[in-house]
Amino acid sequence: MAVLTQLFTGISFGAVLLLVALGLVLTFGQMNVINMAHGELIMAGAYTVYMLQKVVTSAGASLLVALPVAFVVSGLLGLAMEMLLLRRLYHRPLDTLLVTWGLSLVLQQAARDLFGAPNKQTAAPEWLTGAVEVGALTLPASRLFILAVAVVAVGGLSVALTATSLGRRIRAVVQNRNLAATSGIPTARVDRTTFFIGSGLAGVAGVALTLLGAIGPSMGTSYIVDAFLVVVAGGVGRIQGAVVMAFVIGMLNALLEYQVGASVAKVLVFVAVVLFIQWRPQGLFTLRTRSLA
Amino acid sequence: MSALDRLTRPGPLRAALGFGLGALVLLVVAPATLSQFRLDLLAKYLCFGIVAVGIGLAWGRGGMLTLGQGVYFGIGAYAMAMHLKLAQTPPGELPDFMQLYGEVTELPLWWQPFRQASVAVPATVLLPMLVAFVLGQAVFRRRIKGPYFAILSQALAAAMAILIVGQQGTTGGTNGLTDITSFFGYDLGDPVNRTTVYVVVAVCLLGCLAVARQLMQSRYGELLVAVRDAPERVRFLGYDPANVQTFAYTVAAGMAGLAGAMFVCAVQAINPASIDIVPSIAFVIGVAVGGRATLLGPALGAIGVAWLTTAASEALADRWTYIQGGLFILVVAFLPNGLASLPRVVGDAVRRRPAEVTS
Amino acid sequence: MSRQSTRRTALTALAATVALTLAACGAKSGETSTATTAAATADTTGGTVKVGLLNSLSGTMAISEVTVRDSLLLAVEQINASGGVLGKKIEPVSEDGASDWPTFAEKAQKLISVDKVAATFGGWTSASRKQMLPVFEKNKALLFYPVQYEGLEASPYIFYTGATTNQQIIPALDYLKGEGKKTLFLVGSDYVFPRTANKEIRAYAEANGMTVVDEQYKPLGNTEFSAIVDKIKSSKPDAVFNTLNGDSNVAFWKQYKSVGLEAATTPVMSVSIAEEEAKAIGPQYLSGQLVAWNYYMTTDTPKNKEFVAAYKAKYGEDKPTSDPMEAAYVSVFLWKAMVEKAGSFDVEKVKAAADGITFDAPEGLVTVDGSNQHIAKTARIGKIGDDGTITEVWNSGKPIEPDPFLKTYDWAAGLS
Repeated sequence: MAVLTQLFTGISFGAVLLLVALGLVLTFGQMNVINMAHGELIMAGAYTVYMLQKVVTSAGASLLVALPVAFVVSGLLGLAMEMLLLRRLYHRPLDTLLVTWGLSLVLQQAARDLFGAPNKQTAAPEWLTGAVEVGALTLPASRLFILAVAVVAVGGLSVALTATSLGRRIRAVVQNRNLAATSGIPTARVDRTTFFIGSGLAGVAGVALTLLGAIGPSMGTSYIVDAFLVVVAGGVGRIQGAVVMAFVIGMLNALLEYQVGASVAKVLVFVAVVLFIQWRPQGLFTLRTRSLA
Repeated sequence: MSALDRLTRPGPLRAALGFGLGALVLLVVAPATLSQFRLDLLAKYLCFGIVAVGIGLAWGRGGMLTLGQGVYFGIGAYAMAMHLKLAQTPPGELPDFMQLYGEVTELPLWWQPFRQASVAVPATVLLPMLVAFVLGQAVFRRRIKGPYFAILSQALAAAMAILIVGQQGTTGGTNGLTDITSFFGYDLGDPVNRTTVYVVVAVCLLGCLAVARQLMQSRYGELLVAVRDAPERVRFLGYDPANVQTFAYTVAAGMAGLAGAMFVCAVQAINPASIDIVPSIAFVIGVAVGGRATLLGPALGAIGVAWLTTAASEALADRWTYIQGGLFILVVAFLPNGLASLPRVVGDAVRRRPAEVTS
Repeated sequence: MSRQSTRRTALTALAATVALTLAACGAKSGETSTATTAAATADTTGGTVKVGLLNSLSGTMAISEVTVRDSLLLAVEQINASGGVLGKKIEPVSEDGASDWPTFAEKAQKLISVDKVAATFGGWTSASRKQMLPVFEKNKALLFYPVQYEGLEASPYIFYTGATTNQQIIPALDYLKGEGKKTLFLVGSDYVFPRTANKEIRAYAEANGMTVVDEQYKPLGNTEFSAIVDKIKSSKPDAVFNTLNGDSNVAFWKQYKSVGLEAATTPVMSVSIAEEEAKAIGPQYLSGQLVAWNYYMTTDTPKNKEFVAAYKAKYGEDKPTSDPMEAAYVSVFLWKAMVEKAGSFDVEKVKAAADGITFDAPEGLVTVDGSNQHIAKTARIGKIGDDGTITEVWNSGKPIEPDPFLKTYDWAAGLS
């Protein structure tokens, strides 16, 4: 039974990582670089819940309403970043990475000025604060909710990418930007849409995180390094890679934590991922192309 | 060619002149005009400048964006701090913090070698270089680059900080190694000795600049730039890009280690917060602002940003974050060659020619 | 090329010579040099006296330290309104520690050597204090440190106005023992205070027939607690002793409740949750849980009513007061009393006058112990209510003498 509990702990950590990393995978594939301000888009999603609760007083309703609203809020924020700044930098990926880091600094400070430095408190609905008992297993409702949100988000994104014409365009741009442009795909518009969706998913993750932790200016930094590793180890723009790596890293982290404590577990996971990248330099799933670089 | 022409034209003569001028400012003018407090601060900034020279080489010239220079800075700093801590502890006793936390009863084995200055001092530079060499060979041989390398180096910085924090009994944990009072027998409380430390740091910075210039001017420097811009072509020419990259990365690590060791002498303490993710990225900010691919840009940028941070936080507190972030965004986005390229960009704009942009 | 290298060699040689010459003039350790023994002298020539306020106004610690700075300013304002110290108005010089420990040392040096302050008030984290300690000792200048800490320290140039472990941790354990709690689960952030506190808790438990079932640490800022709450759930301790700090606390409490753990069955004793933190975490998660401090906003003394009213009048009705804020407020008044007793701002005279100084503080009567420069304080255990306020459920009755090295406790003999 203890093993099952530990597995569930790993799965629930994996689900959080997946949700945090999902939007990142999309933007990584599209601009070839990690968006270091992704954590602050998550933060924007969490503050959306806080603001919404001032209007919608029912905790349950406000949380459900917050999911789409946060998607739009963070999506628009990401869109603004893309249109004002990042689109000028697509040919310089490493500079994009640094610029997004500068943005994250500024956004954190902006949150501190807008909402104040202290953490904000949101009410969680009663049906999400308890636990579901299955035999001797205690499954926290909030964790199950996050797992469900993650599953829906991955499912929705997969369908959108494979079954819609927009999805096909996104995949075309990710795989070969020049060829896509030559085929008449308006790459600039596809870029904007991709960035909007990727950022929006960060907002959804932010809503979910309000159930687990603090809502404050630096909340975006707590899961973000793990999420970067999920994306890098999963492979550029590959959703299945992120899914597998999120659960592998989550599981590894949880199981190690039971054995050696949180600090050492974290170090071991980081080292393991670094070694993994040695083995698969382009991540778990790579796009097979004939290009050399 | 007139004498004046020869002095203002790029070349060995101008370099020597500039070098002499820099030495004059750092070694004579600064100690003569600054108060002891400002001089101590400048010593700290020069340490960041030393790290920046290395990053300029690895990132500016070699295209390896390292977000984890704190690892090497930290190895150098801890090696030096461990030695100084042991040197000021009476024989047979444990360093103060080990007694305080009481988790160990005798000096851990991995502390032992640092008792000897002849081991510890070279180790501050050689140990980071060794680690960087091994990592570089592994990473660059597998052609890991760009964002993959950046994220990987960042994870290592985080891992190292967490590791040191978790081993409080033998590393001092979050508090780090503090209260370092003497530098090879010289009392660090004495202003004269602190000025000496400053001079040593300044000489180290000048030395690193000289090394960097030699490398940039050499055939190797050309090769490094070639690897940055077109690794496959270099490979077809018969060179191994991995070796070229590893060399620059290793030199950069050595400089970061040296800077860490000097930082301990200047600040008289080291703790994990100074080597974590945020300070590691902060090293890169200065380099980007100054001008990554130039010789002097990284060092001047790092020193300038560090100086501004102190000056501005005295006056502006939190507003400073906007200025720092904004400056960083603007420079990286619109002036990729840093402030060093400002005169040329402005000149080009005046002459209505498009500015040359390289990544 | 060759001419250039010759030049460079010459320059390096020159620099090295300069370095060696300067080194030769410096004092070796152990030798006395006029420079090192020169005590910092406060500039009291004008009609005012400067004091330094050194708190993080930016960065991760700003959330806590800004409230301490505000509280210090209130004390300064009140003292100035009643005529100042030795007839001089206090002029506060505020510096930002920026949540960066070397910056604290740097700014402390600036306050001492550039601003020539008579005393400095501030610091929060243990790391910032450790970094500042040599600066104050070297310059023979005074620091007043207002936060509860891990003990095992008594610098001759620091006054500790927060609780040491025997005024907070041990009373909390006494309380749990009195409630019949036999098994403890220890959870803390991975840094100095929790690790040191937990070592003392283990020694205490062993001597008092209690058992520690597990001891877990999380890196600061970490918010993933599913493994730890699961361990608590399965090991079923009588109580949890919580030394987490910062954002981790919010995450811990949300996830603690999510597995069905409650105050009624598994109470948690926390030592880093004050009024402000309780507000941010939410009473939904904290109701009925225990905290240990020396002061609460609800502490029932006439002085506290005045303090809370003055604070709210200056900073806003919704601003709570907390233990570190009160300790900071008190520290300025203690310094004033010491200076007036000494009749001088001179650091050595102030230190000599410190022993036995008392002050009728919001937390009750406090007394300075000159031997270790800590203060005797009353320990108070509080319970968090449904509305997030903390009410006292137990106090030590009288101020507890500070004992930073736990010399008076037999069970602590092997600790340091």
